[in-house]
Amino acid sequence: MNHPKIFALLVVISVVAFIYSCIVRFRLVSVGKPSDRISRFGERVWSMLLYAFGQKRVVSRPFGLNHFAIFWSFLVLALANAEFVVSGVTGKAVSFMLLPHPVYAALYLLFDVISVVTIVAILIAMGRRFFCPPKFIDALSRDAFIILTMILGLMIAFFGTHGAEMAARIAEGKNAFHYMPVSSAVAGLFAGMAPHAIQHAAVGFWWLHAVILLSFLNYLPYSKHMHILTAIPNCFLRSLTQVNTLPREAFTKDATYGVGDIKGFTWKDLFDSYSCTECGRCQDVCPAANTGKPLNPKQVIHDLKLNVLANGPALLEGGKPGVPLIGTGEHGSISEDAIWSCTSCGACMEACPVFIEQMPKLLMLRRHLVETEGKFPEELITFFENSEQRSNPWGIAPAERTKWYANLDVKPFDEHTEYLFFVGCAGAFDARSKQVTVALAHIFDAAGISWGVLGRDEKCCGDSLRRLGNEYVFDRMVRENIDTFKTRGVKKIVTQCPHCFSTLKNDYKQFGIELEVIHHTELLQQLIAAGKLPISAAAQGRLVFHDSCYLARHNDITEAPRAVLAATGAEPLEMPRHGRESFCCGAGGGRMWMEENLGTRINTTRVTEALAENPDTICVSCPYCLTMMEDGLKDVDAFDRVHVKDVAEIVAEHLREAVKK
Amino acid sequence: MLIVTCIKQVPDTTQVKIDPVTNTLVREGVPFIMNPYDTHALEESLRLKDRYGFRVVAISMGPPNADVTLRKALAVGVDEVVLLSDRAFGGADTLATSKVLAEAIARLAKEDELAFVICGQQTIDGDTAQVGPGIATRMKLAQITLVDRVDSVDLTAKRAVLRRKLEGRHELVESRMPAMLTVVREINRPRYPTVPMRLAAADAPVPIWNNEVLGLDVQTIGLKGSPTKVNKIFSPQREMGEIIGDGTHDPDGTAKLLIDRMLEKDLLAL
Repeated sequence: MNHPKIFALLVVISVVAFIYSCIVRFRLVSVGKPSDRISRFGERVWSMLLYAFGQKRVVSRPFGLNHFAIFWSFLVLALANAEFVVSGVTGKAVSFMLLPHPVYAALYLLFDVISVVTIVAILIAMGRRFFCPPKFIDALSRDAFIILTMILGLMIAFFGTHGAEMAARIAEGKNAFHYMPVSSAVAGLFAGMAPHAIQHAAVGFWWLHAVILLSFLNYLPYSKHMHILTAIPNCFLRSLTQVNTLPREAFTKDATYGVGDIKGFTWKDLFDSYSCTECGRCQDVCPAANTGKPLNPKQVIHDLKLNVLANGPALLEGGKPGVPLIGTGEHGSISEDAIWSCTSCGACMEACPVFIEQMPKLLMLRRHLVETEGKFPEELITFFENSEQRSNPWGIAPAERTKWYANLDVKPFDEHTEYLFFVGCAGAFDARSKQVTVALAHIFDAAGISWGVLGRDEKCCGDSLRRLGNEYVFDRMVRENIDTFKTRGVKKIVTQCPHCFSTLKNDYKQFGIELEVIHHTELLQQLIAAGKLPISAAAQGRLVFHDSCYLARHNDITEAPRAVLAATGAEPLEMPRHGRESFCCGAGGGRMWMEENLGTRINTTRVTEALAENPDTICVSCPYCLTMMEDGLKDVDAFDRVHVKDVAEIVAEHLREAVKK
Repeated sequence: MLIVTCIKQVPDTTQVKIDPVTNTLVREGVPFIMNPYDTHALEESLRLKDRYGFRVVAISMGPPNADVTLRKALAVGVDEVVLLSDRAFGGADTLATSKVLAEAIARLAKEDELAFVICGQQTIDGDTAQVGPGIATRMKLAQITLVDRVDSVDLTAKRAVLRRKLEGRHELVESRMPAMLTVVREINRPRYPTVPMRLAAADAPVPIWNNEVLGLDVQTIGLKGSPTKVNKIFSPQREMGEIIGDGTHDPDGTAKLLIDRMLEKDLLAL
């Protein structure tokens, strides 16, 4: 006998316990700040269908299909388990058997087959963890094996129950259910057993199924498998725009600046921490984690969760957090070294199957350190003061912004000019990048476009300041730049640097100015397509293209540089990690201005990857990448045989050829 | 006990050009900054405050807009600031300046026992390094210049042990207090103002003391009290160098050539 009353009691207790656990855990999220994650409802539903139910990002990598199989089996078997509970509580009075025969036959066939699929998928998952674990997961995690074993146990119990019941029918001389072929086969295992023993086996497996099911339910909220409850909503709640900027800050006296404890995060940030299942894909792509730095985006999200769980209850009662959010890096705190290791490349967010936003969290912690505590790696004080006093990272006199065109005919931007050429600090001050700037000036003239510069009135766009958490100075700098843009009548901007590009385009919007910002590779692509550039295509040596994070990933510009290169006759080679999956050069997120003392160097890692293509030229589209790739080549003693060039320089070389003819 | 730290607002000299015709400084559009040496004096005052609990007052003599610089001092944590501003103070050389500063410090010292006056080694616009010593002389304070470390301060015995950074050597001195210290840039790394402190500093009052407050004889201050006369300011002529070797095709040979040439001119010692 299955004892419906005892089962019903257990079900009630389990469900109440489960709901209680969920309320306790999810209520903690409410200590976070507000964030609008509901508007554009239709797009959100679509996102959920595509990424949660369609598992679009999950299946993009090996073993993703395995997860797809488990996910969908889980959904189908949720139906079977619902029936299991209802039929158990009602003593089999209510079950799918009440449905017309073809319907329930089809359902049972489905459950039978899917359960086999699940067993296979679970065994593959266990095998992967045992025999070929990727380095970015905690392969032998107890949590993972508890869940996998539970699911496997459920399947065994499913077949045990149905097999035994089927065997009992056969023993009574009835037919096996032909629509449950696997269970029918399992029934064979019971052949020869005494009828009462078969009955006992059926009841035993049924109770095993019941106990595992109810335990599973109550284990979920306390394990990383909480993502079963949160991942689907997280795909609905995701940012619908590319996460390439940060929120503005109000500089009022009683405000807090940045995030110093979990209350400073939004509820969605906290919900993110519940949605992580530690798949490790963010860790696998993170330039910091890949070069032995103390930052691991997966761990950051996990620590955030631990911190929420540790501090949430006290915070709900208006108390103070006991476990610091920024601390030693142990148990629920994130170390300063980890916080400063981020290059803001965004690879973690691009890799996350459930759209967790790791990068902005780290940058908000930086804000707290810089703005509230005045704590940051000591080399940054020079950068901050140079930026504040002289509006450029190097602290060079602003008057020297015009030096690169001392011998060129470059016009100041006025109201009749179409494009403002926003040269950028590197483009104006860095000796190597100035060559790119000059190349662009020649190209613009050759194409006959109307362009001008702000000269000494140009100030740093503020990209590094913002990514380094110095929002206060960034805010002021942006407002000054916007004043200049408005006074001079700037509408369209072409930039040399992807960081200027992304900042002017995405961050400045928050300050109430809509600019038409274009990166030089995009403008070159347009000019070439319109036939305005006299280019002679010529075969070139082996050229490998390195995508800038701020172009490719943060702004989805991957085609323009390749199209431009193709027009010059180059056939760009691709590194394994390219396009939106590009690997950072190491200079983003303000890391350009910091020492890289921990782990190995990011740029040598990237250069080594490029050198595997045996190139003559590494082609870039960003002044930071240019510096990092050149330095990386020097580090691996390849600077004398491989050149680093910007797309613009390659175009300029082919311009000259055309002009000669 | 009180520390008075003296701060000067200076033009950002990296941005100052000399007009080749008139031989005067072109200051138009050049932003003002806190004298970089003074940022270290300020920081050392604050570190002593953190260690021993001194009250720190920052003072500056300058035009009314020098309040911007004093607000920066407030933003890193000084307790009070005083701006010494009066047309009568204008055009002062180091003698007249130290007279005004000394008088102001003396007034502050009436309310609270003076422990130290801390100044930067020198300013980047005048480069005389005379104002600090001028104050010490007028106020009869112990005078310890070029301090690169404050080892200890004995508040009861009123003695401090300090290290001076001299050419090729250090000098450890014990000084009586009150003392006037000038500090070198190596002494510390200045802290960075936090946003709450910046916002508080932006609204804080900056008291202005003019000569009605100080009551000094106008013949002894400002331009009238300044014996120093600047006849001319000019940039030294730079001779164009020469390009030697061929760095592109023969970098090693060129480097060798360069080293030889530098040895020849006694620019390198072997």
